[in-house]
Amino acid sequence: MKYISEFYDKRIAAGLSGAIKKIAPARELNFMDVCGTHTMSIAREGIKDLLPANINLISGPGCPVCVTPDEDIDRVIGISGQKNTTIVTFGDMLKVPGTRSSLEKERGKGADVRIVISPLDALEICAKNSNRKIVFFAVGFETTSPGIAAAVAEAARRKIKNLFVYSSCKLIPPAMEALLKNRKVKIDGFICPGHVSTIIGSSAYEFIPREFGIPCVIAGFEPLDILQSVYMLLKQIREKRKKVEIQYKRCVAEEGNPVARKILSKVFRPSDAVWRGLGKIPRSGLVLRKEYKKFDAGSRAGSRAFRLVSNGAPNNEAKASNPKCRCGDVLCGIITPDKCGMFGGKCTPESPVGPCMVSSEGTCAAAFKYRHTSNVIRRTF
Amino acid sequence: MERILLGHGAGGKMMHNLIKEMFVKAFNNPALNRLDDGAVIRMSSGERIACSTDSYVVDPVFFRGGDIGRLSVCGTVNDLSMCGARPLFITLALIIEEGFPVSDLERISLSAAKTAAEAGVKVVTGDLKVVPKGKVDKIFTNTSGIGTVKKGVDVSGSNAGPGDSVILSGFMGDHEIAVLSGRAGFDLSVKIKSDCQPLNKIVQKILCLPEAVRCLRDPTRGGLATTLNEICVSSNAGMEIDEALVPVRSAVRSACGMLGFDPFYLANEGKFAAIVKEKYAGRILRIIRAEKEGRDAAVIGRVVNTHRGEVILRTRSGGRRILGMLAGEQLPRIC
Repeated sequence: MKYISEFYDKRIAAGLSGAIKKIAPARELNFMDVCGTHTMSIAREGIKDLLPANINLISGPGCPVCVTPDEDIDRVIGISGQKNTTIVTFGDMLKVPGTRSSLEKERGKGADVRIVISPLDALEICAKNSNRKIVFFAVGFETTSPGIAAAVAEAARRKIKNLFVYSSCKLIPPAMEALLKNRKVKIDGFICPGHVSTIIGSSAYEFIPREFGIPCVIAGFEPLDILQSVYMLLKQIREKRKKVEIQYKRCVAEEGNPVARKILSKVFRPSDAVWRGLGKIPRSGLVLRKEYKKFDAGSRAGSRAFRLVSNGAPNNEAKASNPKCRCGDVLCGIITPDKCGMFGGKCTPESPVGPCMVSSEGTCAAAFKYRHTSNVIRRTF
Repeated sequence: MERILLGHGAGGKMMHNLIKEMFVKAFNNPALNRLDDGAVIRMSSGERIACSTDSYVVDPVFFRGGDIGRLSVCGTVNDLSMCGARPLFITLALIIEEGFPVSDLERISLSAAKTAAEAGVKVVTGDLKVVPKGKVDKIFTNTSGIGTVKKGVDVSGSNAGPGDSVILSGFMGDHEIAVLSGRAGFDLSVKIKSDCQPLNKIVQKILCLPEAVRCLRDPTRGGLATTLNEICVSSNAGMEIDEALVPVRSAVRSACGMLGFDPFYLANEGKFAAIVKEKYAGRILRIIRAEKEGRDAAVIGRVVNTHRGEVILRTRSGGRRILGMLAGEQLPRIC
């Protein structure tokens, strides 16, 4: 269990912090992470305190819960109201508000909504409730999706008839590309997601330095990993190199995890998908392949197993249910959470308005839970 | 708000608001309005009595290191202890689901009896109800208790002052991780035991120095972070905590890493935080560490007169941030 103490070493952190200050240019730089675990780790460890003030760590669309659009929530709520139907999903999805309600509120009114921590648990629920339709509301990036694919393949092998999957699964590189094409967002370097990269490898990001001239470093999640990654990005900028580098070498290989990618592409195929805040991004979503269509609960390509209550017209402009909610801008790194008028007042983890406050790895939740000290104190201990 | 949600029972801000808006309004009296874990009442004889009540809905009923019987006794004994009281008598009430195995009930009853003997309190009365199958989940319990507060003892969440030391009696998070790993669907393959234990004896030992002890709290639901914040708000003081000094077992840390939990928000059932005057900190720490319930105790920080109402954490890697209260829902039915 090396990561428990060694990657938190205060003296090494201070050394890295000093090295960063030495090579950082005077101009302002934005380094974006696209992974909720990075967002949480940066906030929890107070990493910004160890960096020069002109190095901004901003968070992008790195939380699969947060980028799930209203229309998907509304559709699953619609399904939850149907006879003999159980919704199974990951815990963070319960509180995410759709346009009118959330799965948590529907559960309070009597809908059968259950939490699982592994997609395979949904299969056990299917076996124990053979008279009910079990709808797995699947969200996740490349890290989670192979597990979901494996569960679907296993359901096919076991000839399970009452499992249905509503896939809101998404792919990260197309979202990074969409962000780079968005002129409102200024990104000087990517802190690439460690977990996603264990699956897709480093080659998946090669287009970023090649086509956009932006350096990338695939980072681990402990504080020393993140500090070292910032140092590596700064070093590339100083030496005018633009490459994909791997800091998280203990887990990430150039080719990723071929076994996981194989099961993923066996069960799912890419399709266009709507991201909250980013709108529709080509080939950025995952839907079940036709061989597995009987498990499809009605993603856009879906089956007829369920009547979809909200109208299913694709929504090009992802809109927030509350017009004052700025989750869209937060997800693109255009604003930091504290610049949203509702942050910490009307929108808190107890009564979240937007999904970035709902999810435990959401940017707003991280900023609320692990507030930076700069507004409160000036002096050090 | 139309309906009660699980979050209303999580021990965080939602619950505080519900209690204030509904129950404080309805019952409104000075002892209740302080909203401590127990109430301290002065009798006409001048003697002070503490009383406290708590219900238990833990799932599973039996977990590594304890069960609902042991938990029921420890919960009330510890709430009374945190008022600075010596617990004397407790009650035990049970609501049981039809079909519950008698052998399990006997196990729970014997475990409660053994824990009461360990704490030196007597279970003097009780109640038993059975409801049709499906109307409660297996068994729910309630204990209430009374104790006496010695002359000279004055512990309260509002007594913390600048310069005071913050002592923590041991490892954080054992109870919540033990309960979680006992639950169906959460096979963590960690062998953490709940810390569920009565704290009255160790607390009586440190109250031998009544002038030293300002405040006692057990970080149950909401964890250490919530407890320290409550003290800061009640005392209108700030706090500085050094994460590297807070005892957390590495198995708990790795379970937290896997599940995205933070040890500062995990529930404990046999630990306490003591705010003590700085000059007594060394002596109090030695007293606590001499007992088996407190042998991993440590001074983890101090009370300051800046950034009032806020706890500042120096992280293990040397960064700084605010350590906030538990916001939102944590795992339901951990106690």
